[in-house]
Amino acid sequence: MNNKNSYWLKKGITNGIPIALGYFAVSFTLGIAAKNAGLTAFQAALASITNHASAGEFAGFTIIAALGTYLEIMVMTLIINARYFLMSCSLSQKFDKNMPFFHRFIFGLFVTDEIFGLAVSVPEKLNPMYIYGMVLVASPGWTLGTYLGVVFGNILPASIVSALSVGLYGMFLAIIIPPARKNRLIAGIVAISMAVSCLFAYAPVVKSIASGTRIIILTILISLGAAILFPIEEDK
Amino acid sequence: MNHNIYIYILIMALTTYLIRVLPLTLIRKEIKNKTIRAFLYYVPYVTLSVMTFPAILTATESIYSAAAALAVGILSAWFGRSLFQVSILSCLTVFIVEMIIL
Repeated sequence: MNNKNSYWLKKGITNGIPIALGYFAVSFTLGIAAKNAGLTAFQAALASITNHASAGEFAGFTIIAALGTYLEIMVMTLIINARYFLMSCSLSQKFDKNMPFFHRFIFGLFVTDEIFGLAVSVPEKLNPMYIYGMVLVASPGWTLGTYLGVVFGNILPASIVSALSVGLYGMFLAIIIPPARKNRLIAGIVAISMAVSCLFAYAPVVKSIASGTRIIILTILISLGAAILFPIEEDK
Repeated sequence: MNHNIYIYILIMALTTYLIRVLPLTLIRKEIKNKTIRAFLYYVPYVTLSVMTFPAILTATESIYSAAAALAVGILSAWFGRSLFQVSILSCLTVFIVEMIIL
């Protein structure tokens, strides 16, 4: 391996460590959700290593718990993970023209919010070893955390499981609230989404819609409405 | 209908992979359409909001501990705590509130 590659591999591993620690904590609570949905530790770890997507997996487990249809879980995954489409488009611009093409097929497994965030913040063209370095530590953190979440979710006392059950929601809040503080439009979208979601959960007639279907319908309607009213200019 | 967990996982994995790999391999141009860009940009905020509320209220043993966790989560995220800290603080809130009231 030449110097440049080993430099980027090491840098990737170093930067991957905090990601792995965060992943571990979050995926542990994801494992508890998986356990509640009826998955075994192996199945939950398999979902994690093949998806690397917190919200997407969580939503998937919701559908599995509700015995939803295969079509439902596909549409749900498609909607919730749609943001990776945009990230991949943007990541695609960072590759050197001479980079062997097969790397793209491997990266396709690992475009997460965190890895994407670090990868695009590199000023020059991306060295594939940087992504591999991050993946090398972050992916086991994510997968192992999920596995142990299912295992220990069975052993831990109810009070601890109850406390850990909000861990994932805490993470979701940590993702949506800071941008909402800076951007009034996002704040409005977050507030409206929560209000409408609450309405759909408790109002007569619409409350009979399964929670997975509700998430899909509201995500499409509200995002589309916001996109039509507030399109995004070129360089954002 | 038959419900096989491995088929669920396979569908999730394939869908997620295609979402990520298609832009990396086939669609190598930047998306220009303002509405599509905006839609993809807003989706995470809407979907995470809808998934969090009101579901968080029924996630724990008591609605009061859950409501407290929601408040602490929003406030700590607002004041710039990291993802990990917000998550842990929310869990701690549930633990402490439930120790007091249950």
